[in-house]
Amino acid sequence: MSRPVVILGSGLAGYAVARELRKIDSQVPIVLVTENGGEFYSKPTLSNALALKRAPEVIATSSAAQMAVQLNVSIRVRTAARRIDPHKHCVMLEHEPLEYGKLVLAVGAQPIRPPGSGLAQGVHSVNTLDDYRRFRASLAGCGRVVILGAGFIGCEFANDLCAAGLEVDVVDQAPHPLQRFWPAPLANAFERRLAGVGVRWHLGRGISAIRREAGRTAVELDDGSVLHADIVLSALGLSPRVELAREAGLRLGRGIVVDAHLCSSEPSIYALGDCAEVQGQVLPFVMPIMHCGRALARTLVGKPTAVAYPPMPVALKTPACPVVFLPAPPRGQGDWSVEGNADDFIALYRRADGELAGAVLLGSAVGRRDEFVRRIGARQAVYG
Amino acid sequence: MSIPTLYCCWICAVCGFVYDEAAGLPEEGIAPGTRWADVPETWGCPECAAVKSEFEMVRVSDAA
Repeated sequence: MSRPVVILGSGLAGYAVARELRKIDSQVPIVLVTENGGEFYSKPTLSNALALKRAPEVIATSSAAQMAVQLNVSIRVRTAARRIDPHKHCVMLEHEPLEYGKLVLAVGAQPIRPPGSGLAQGVHSVNTLDDYRRFRASLAGCGRVVILGAGFIGCEFANDLCAAGLEVDVVDQAPHPLQRFWPAPLANAFERRLAGVGVRWHLGRGISAIRREAGRTAVELDDGSVLHADIVLSALGLSPRVELAREAGLRLGRGIVVDAHLCSSEPSIYALGDCAEVQGQVLPFVMPIMHCGRALARTLVGKPTAVAYPPMPVALKTPACPVVFLPAPPRGQGDWSVEGNADDFIALYRRADGELAGAVLLGSAVGRRDEFVRRIGARQAVYG
Repeated sequence: MSIPTLYCCWICAVCGFVYDEAAGLPEEGIAPGTRWADVPETWGCPECAAVKSEFEMVRVSDAA
């Protein structure tokens, strides 16, 4: 009896591997182990569910039981993996060992939290469906939200919560939202358009303290000003979950380091998604996961397939100002050029030799996404 | 007397993105009310680039 492919994690990455593997191998036993309820859902949906009028109950589109039948896999829900034994090819679950033929780590990342504050101070972070249900339930009766962090998640939630009628303040240490991803003219246009629907920006500000006071949460900024929130959403970024990998002796960078075949420093242990560092990058977005899932499935059936990322657009789902990012790979330098006007900006990132390496499309320019994907063209995988 | 229009939602089985016929995707040039059958066959999921055949109909909703 062959040992199963064991997948730790039931997010988009875990289910992508299970689905792609099942498409090309109907026989291999697959066991998926998840700490949560194992529902299939789209995490990107969480930050625009209010505007789309999607209640938490409908966000999970399939239960774990339905996924188990649909994919013909075994799913262990609400089950933590305690330890990996790479030599015995075995994962220790709560009370029992689970032997694997191949192990896939798709355990994701955890939200970076402001030190010393959590739910007791009214500070939520949203990275799982359980988090989101709790957040939505706590939102009832709230008038003012303070969002910590003006990255992808913070900005999307800001727009979504404003559209739902709440007062929204966004705090970030950087001078612009999504500081690293675009040149100032686009950042400024974005800030103006979101301010136009009610978002209040507190940029270039750090947080000094967060306190629960008189039924509200006081967020004190480093200029001494205090924002009084009914609820706080912390969206300060994600940190790859590497504890299991670390204890198993796997090589770590910022995430679990894997090669072009998504194999870790330990043969038979693979990683993808928000926990993995592929080609030196942790890319917590949907398209990289899909490319990795397809390649890894082929590798797992004995047809080693290197991941080669094409240009992968990332949509910022802020209806007040839609944006599509086509980030350049972090190899070498480049310069921005900007064209457009208040409604329709395009920023192009070119290398010294003139090669178009990246782009940002803002406003109605997002409709030209496919054109820019073609212009930027296929990227070289580092591993050749 | 107005007859309610029934619009459908289609979900990407790969990543969970939902295409709502009533809403369309105006930023991609797909007007609100565009039926799934009328979305170009060359269109891909904006989240994960999955093709139309990877989508499933989720539910039917009533819209005025």
